[in-house]
Amino acid sequence: MLGIAIFTILLLIIIGLSLFFKALPIMREKNLWVLLTSAQWKPFKGDFGFLPFILSTFYVSLIAIIIALPFSILTSIYLNSYASKSVKKFFEPVIDLLSGIPPIIYGVWGTLTIVPLIANKIAPKFVEFSTGYTVLAGGVVLAVMIIPLLISIMVEVFRSIPKEMIDASLSMGATKWQTVKKVILRKSISGIIAATVLALSRAFGETMAVLMVCGNITQIPHSLFDACYPLPALIANNYGEMLSMPSYESALMFSAFLLFIIVVLFNGISRFTLIQIEKRYQF
Amino acid sequence: MIITSHRLQENENITFPDTKEISPLKKLINSQSIRIENLDVYIENQHILKDVNLIIPEKKITCIIGPSGCGKSTFLKTLNRMHDETPEVKISGKIFVDDENIYDNRVNIIDTRKKMGLLAQRPCPLPMSIFDNVAYGPRIHGMKKKKTINQTVIQYLQYVGLWDEVRDRVRTSATRLSIGQQQRLCLARGLAIEPEYILGDEATSALDPLSTKKIEELFVKLKEKYTIILVTHTLRQAKRIADYIIFMYLGKIIEAGPTEEFFSNPKKQLTREYLSGSFS
Amino acid sequence: MKYLEEKILKIIMICAAVIILAVLLFIISTVFYRGLPALSLDMVTKLPGGGFYLGKEGGVLNAIVGSIYIIVGSLVISIFISVPLVLYINFYLPAKSVFSSVIRFSLDILFGIPSIVYGAFGFSLMIYLGLRASLLGGILAVGMLIMPIMMRSFDEITRLLSRDLPDALLSLGSTKYEMAKVILRQLMPGLVTAILLAIGRGVGDAATVLFTAGYTDNIPSSLNQPAATLPLSIFFQLGSPVEEVQNRAYASAIILTVIILILSFGARYFSSKFSKNKI
Ligand SMILES: Nc1ncnc2c1ncn2[C@@H]1O[C@H](COP(=O)(O)OP(=O)(O)OP(=O)(O)O)[C@@H](O)[C@H]1O
Ligand SMILES: [Mg+2]
Repeated sequence: MLGIAIFTILLLIIIGLSLFFKALPIMREKNLWVLLTSAQWKPFKGDFGFLPFILSTFYVSLIAIIIALPFSILTSIYLNSYASKSVKKFFEPVIDLLSGIPPIIYGVWGTLTIVPLIANKIAPKFVEFSTGYTVLAGGVVLAVMIIPLLISIMVEVFRSIPKEMIDASLSMGATKWQTVKKVILRKSISGIIAATVLALSRAFGETMAVLMVCGNITQIPHSLFDACYPLPALIANNYGEMLSMPSYESALMFSAFLLFIIVVLFNGISRFTLIQIEKRYQF
Repeated sequence: MIITSHRLQENENITFPDTKEISPLKKLINSQSIRIENLDVYIENQHILKDVNLIIPEKKITCIIGPSGCGKSTFLKTLNRMHDETPEVKISGKIFVDDENIYDNRVNIIDTRKKMGLLAQRPCPLPMSIFDNVAYGPRIHGMKKKKTINQTVIQYLQYVGLWDEVRDRVRTSATRLSIGQQQRLCLARGLAIEPEYILGDEATSALDPLSTKKIEELFVKLKEKYTIILVTHTLRQAKRIADYIIFMYLGKIIEAGPTEEFFSNPKKQLTREYLSGSFS
Repeated sequence: MKYLEEKILKIIMICAAVIILAVLLFIISTVFYRGLPALSLDMVTKLPGGGFYLGKEGGVLNAIVGSIYIIVGSLVISIFISVPLVLYINFYLPAKSVFSSVIRFSLDILFGIPSIVYGAFGFSLMIYLGLRASLLGGILAVGMLIMPIMMRSFDEITRLLSRDLPDALLSLGSTKYEMAKVILRQLMPGLVTAILLAIGRGVGDAATVLFTAGYTDNIPSSLNQPAATLPLSIFFQLGSPVEEVQNRAYASAIILTVIILILSFGARYFSSKFSKNKI
């Protein structure tokens, strides 16, 4: 059993190291700073600038979390403090169902409904033309995908708050909303942050659903209605076929390595801040 | 004045030594006491409180005693309408507080709760600093000025004798206080909403003897201004601080009366058995 | 004022909940609306025939079987790894040991690694070992993906139980063997939930199997043959310009959803059955 324990830690290190060594050729060839900040992407000429992909990943995830967070928090609060038992019972399988739906189906749904909706109804109000395969579409589909994840964690977080504490607030004549605002949310802030981090790292790495709706054009997106090309989509679309070109393969491995680093940093930072928060407000 | 019986009309049957001064019914109409009429509580179709009729005297300490599970906590919760948070609970009957039936639809739950400061069995500080705990009530009821809030907080912390112990760390988390201090903090927090009644549900059962003594002394001091209703399991505590005793058994009020009378000369067989400790 | 705030917020909350419900209904109905007409017995019983992707006869049995092979294989592997590990962390290591928190931290990171990274890593590992895209590769890659999912959720539930359970039991005077039996029975629902989560992620994920399992129109007969999977099958059918094929993609999406639902409801049923005869 000790072996298995060491194995899991080793697995992590092996993944990190092998991605690193696979990405090493391109990092040798180019300056790391150039790789990260250049927008030039011409693999056949040897130009590998990852900025468009990094920004795309970042924008899509950001939009997703901006949409998903309020919905999830409001719904979980509703389910926790306001909804009747029957509503709760009804919602439980619904959330399960939503989180059971595979990404590819969110992608299908996105292409069928969100993309045309953006192309025909929303985009024309703001820009002259948009195919609908946009940052916005990616963000919306991703948001719908991570909402069930967020809700199921947050409901758990809210549920773990002792009932006496809520009663204490209510018995002083606080309204439910005052109790939610000043006691429940406050008590569960670290749980909410942890859930958000989890959802964000899921969003960063989601491949298929986003790939199907975001256009996959190498450019720095300047508006919600531009197409974009996140890192996972870049890997999925090109890896496997590009093995004949070593520098291209190395470049793709570099993007996998980037994703890996983002996730590691994210986990590290969030753990650190959570500990800080808990230390500061050890309630 | 305590009256207990199946119907209020039967009051004549029960005599208390000090009823001579004022006719009980008359007094209850003009005073700020609590009057309970035909109260029945059902939880998930179980009959928990059975036809409770009571009057709770003003500015006195009334202790409720009785074996575990007889409905003491349930009864306290009916007084500040905490049962409204659980849909399984059905309540019928009337509870007059300041001559207003708190189960009347026109009465605002929040106003009712504001009148009743509740002290729970185990202290439960809110997830904020000591200061914010006490300021919580005033703030939610609309107190804005920093200065007044400051004054209020200090005033009530002093009142419960906590101020000197925590004055250097009022901005730190309340959970770091000892349990006894936490309970006094909760009392201060409850007093800060300026209630007229104080309800305590075994408020000292989690505390050490010294902290218990402090809280008890506070209660005695508080009865000058507040009407206090306490649930307790320790008969000695009831003897020490109560002015009136209510004895409950299986959801019914069995006997009630002034403390001395109740202990020295219990009227009912059940009461005698309970006091002699032959059941618990 | 505060009552108004309360009312408004309650309305907003109900709206949020209703919108989420509506979106779910919307997703399911869109897929069913497009897919149901194309759904037929052939879809689930036949392999893709010649010209399947141009609208001719056939079904997606290859992908169904491939998906099931892969998920079963990777489940077996990850159960054999996760269960001992979780028990080790929770019952052998002291409650606050540094080692266990290092393991948990690395599990958290493994959990967060995107499936595409597992796919790419798995593929480069396979090249290194001289393997081609195959059933085995798919099983290994999906295994890596779902292992941390299982471990983490199983660990979470076990941690809750392990805190006070053994003490309580020992003080009741039960033997070690009885204790192990009781603990396992207590943990069963947790394990089932963990498996359920793992299946949900594993079956539906396309990015891991994209390079590692390959794609084929046949049912693999050995571990080193490539295997088709439902998500990829859906993806390829969607890519076809023929409308009929696209509709079949939606039909395949229905099949995938139904498989996942059956698996998760099955797991839920078992877990409730187990939790009924708790101590
Ligand atoms: N939420 C509930 N659901 C079902 N039954 C309940 C609930 N709350 C209380 N009861 C029942 O109501 C009865 C009275 O409970 P209550 O808590 O008022 O007793 P108590 O006199 O305060 O006991 P103790 O001295 O142990 O605190 C008990 O039989 C209890 O089982
Ligand atoms: Mg009680």
